[in-house]
Amino acid sequence: MEERRFGRRLVLASVLAAAGALAASGTALAQQEHVGQYSQADINFGMSLYGDNCVSCHGPGGDGVDGVNLRSGQFRAASSDYELEQIISNGIPDTAMLPGNYNEAELAGLVAYLRMMGSLDASDATIGDAARGEALYNGKGDCASCHRIGGAGSRTGPDLSDIANYRTAGAMSGTLVDPTEAMVPINRTVRIVAGDGTRYEGRRLNEDTYTVQIVDENERLVSLVKADLREYEILTESSMPSYADTLTEQERADVLAYLLTLKGVG
Amino acid sequence: MKRLAQCTFLAGLLLASAALVQAQGGGVTFERLLDAAAEPHNWLTYSGGYHSNRHTALDRITPDNVDDLEVRWVFQAQSLQVFQTTPLVVDGVMYLTEPPNTVVALDAALGRVFWRYEYTPAPTSRPCCGRVNRGLAILGDTLYMGTIDAQLIAIDTVSGKPIWKTAVGDPEDGHALTLAPLIVKDKVIVGIAGGEFGIRGFISAYDAETGEEVWKFYTIPGPGEPGHETWENDAWRTGGAPAWLTGSYDAQADLVYWGTGNPGPDWNPAQRPGDNLYSSSVVALDPDTGELAWHFQFTPNDPYDYDSVQVPVLVDYPAQGGGTLPLMFWANRNGFFYVLDRTTGRFINGQPYVFLNWAEGLDDAGRPVMTPQPPGATTYPGVQGGTNWYSPSYSPSTRLFYLSAWEAYGSRFIPQEAEYERGRIFLGGLPAPDDPDNVIPGLQRGVINNWTEAAGTGAVIALDPATGEERWKYEMTDVTSSGVLTTATDVLFTGGREGYFHALDAREGNLLWKATLGGMIANGPISYAVDGEQFVAVAAGNGLFVFALRE
Repeated sequence: MEERRFGRRLVLASVLAAAGALAASGTALAQQEHVGQYSQADINFGMSLYGDNCVSCHGPGGDGVDGVNLRSGQFRAASSDYELEQIISNGIPDTAMLPGNYNEAELAGLVAYLRMMGSLDASDATIGDAARGEALYNGKGDCASCHRIGGAGSRTGPDLSDIANYRTAGAMSGTLVDPTEAMVPINRTVRIVAGDGTRYEGRRLNEDTYTVQIVDENERLVSLVKADLREYEILTESSMPSYADTLTEQERADVLAYLLTLKGVG
Repeated sequence: MKRLAQCTFLAGLLLASAALVQAQGGGVTFERLLDAAAEPHNWLTYSGGYHSNRHTALDRITPDNVDDLEVRWVFQAQSLQVFQTTPLVVDGVMYLTEPPNTVVALDAALGRVFWRYEYTPAPTSRPCCGRVNRGLAILGDTLYMGTIDAQLIAIDTVSGKPIWKTAVGDPEDGHALTLAPLIVKDKVIVGIAGGEFGIRGFISAYDAETGEEVWKFYTIPGPGEPGHETWENDAWRTGGAPAWLTGSYDAQADLVYWGTGNPGPDWNPAQRPGDNLYSSSVVALDPDTGELAWHFQFTPNDPYDYDSVQVPVLVDYPAQGGGTLPLMFWANRNGFFYVLDRTTGRFINGQPYVFLNWAEGLDDAGRPVMTPQPPGATTYPGVQGGTNWYSPSYSPSTRLFYLSAWEAYGSRFIPQEAEYERGRIFLGGLPAPDDPDNVIPGLQRGVINNWTEAAGTGAVIALDPATGEERWKYEMTDVTSSGVLTTATDVLFTGGREGYFHALDAREGNLLWKATLGGMIANGPISYAVDGEQFVAVAAGNGLFVFALRE
């Protein structure tokens, strides 16, 4: 019993330490509070979204609407990023600013671009190509050996079918370069030796004081009672490889452009 | 870069048995669905098998030990809608729908969640009678869910992510899907809801891989098709006949059986003269093509909303001279219990199982001899019927058929002219209560039974299918919307609106055990096993309660 309690405390400690490490490295929320810390991937994505959705009224220079200059970084109806997102999503009643249906990645991109529009040198941007990105995903990147999209690919890594709905361009761009740094803690790999000696390695889905649920390396859902385990290990290093060296910056931008098209089916 | 050290702990010696759960990646083949009886530890289809007997071969729980049942775990839904679902259980993983259209995968032994998928139905969806869902179908490693905005969605069993979505109907027409789909071979079969919105009902099948429509059977024949002559004017276009409950399948006959709902407008038959085929009927369809093999209409020109939306119960019933007869048992909302030959649709026998006065009996072909009550008089059974969509059970052990019934319950039907407008309610009158001071029992009311015996009472009835006669009856003060489950050990599980979960002796109808769950039971209990331990699950109120014997 003593051993087990000791062990659990260790696990808890590691989770807390991990949370601290993430906070120190700057989360998406922290970025929003400090202009200048928007990720280049979000800004680039926002720029392309702006071109598709905003430019016809607001103009390429952000000053197409009378009395509104988006490049100034000053917004009449919004001071925080949250308020900007609200206006982009809900529009402004009785004006030509209509509501827009944008997901998490799109909102983060638009806000990042609007904040940085005034100081941006557009020639810096590496804009990806989604079709090339899809080919890289399935080819050189070999992403489908761990990830799944629309029913195809492995389930050992997170299913990416609707990844753009809840991960920002900045976060996904970071994952391609440094997967461990960007990994969502619940997704950590666990190594387990059950009481009967059966070994499991898999991605954590859910955990509580007494049990843990994983998807194992054979893509099975497995639920285990901790008290019955001989070993239980949480790995903090991502099993995903970094693409910092194996893909060029342009290729990573292409893969990102593809991921940003993944919005699921319902 | 800061890296955290890997952390490990070694647990001590094993003290308890491992509660291990695994979902096989290869999944549930059609062959497994056909032979679901061979794996009683699983619950693979809405009705527990293609013959829809809601009977389990599991035998750990018996009349002698049922008193030792205890709550093992509870799952709380995030929704306050009526919890009408039947879960599926596959090799230790339970797949559950929460109303309206959320899917949850849980460890069936411990109740812990693997994943949750929440679908947001279109704001235009308008199911008549609650934002409900009755469950899922599974084939391979894909789950199938119909939604209240009439979409069919395929969902990965492991990741919980949708794979494809197909529009089955248009919510702006009043279409909705509330049923659990039925898998036959490589197809997903559903029936549409919307009988209160002037739809033209249909049953349709989709390729399980791609979601493409394979066939569509309109429950109202169009011009030139046989049966169209039973609509004497243009009413067929808005004639209802939905099919909002899961059907059954007979592999030997290779036929799918599906119940159909009321013609529309519900209570004004003068607007739709004729028998109104195939409303308030059962249809037998070729699962490959959707072609009609036969039909049997229970209530022609139905003026009472006597939906034949019940689960067809298929039984190979022992014949007197040896061998078995391929029968279909059907306790209809109209108050009659029917026995049909399921290969031909031939009527064999029919008897009232509750007091009724809308017909004086059935003729040799099973057609009712209708006795319409004078204006203002009470018709029995009332608008909710002698029973409704509540799943019945057949036990091969007792050879009895069990159903939830509403007794001493009537309505005064008041027809009115209705004008069809797309997507709007199209009822043609109203059912008034028997007693003007009383209320009509609807789908939901508060925790106080202010309907009382004046509105009607509930019962579980055991019928002998050989004669149609009642073998025993277990009476409840309040009416019931619960399904029935029977076990190989002759325990019957059911619930009711009072929030009790009952175990009865299936042979005699005595109460063996009950639990107070504090919320209406409006679904069918199921049983399954994990690592040899038998569980019984039922949703009550907004929780799913799972019982097992005290260790």
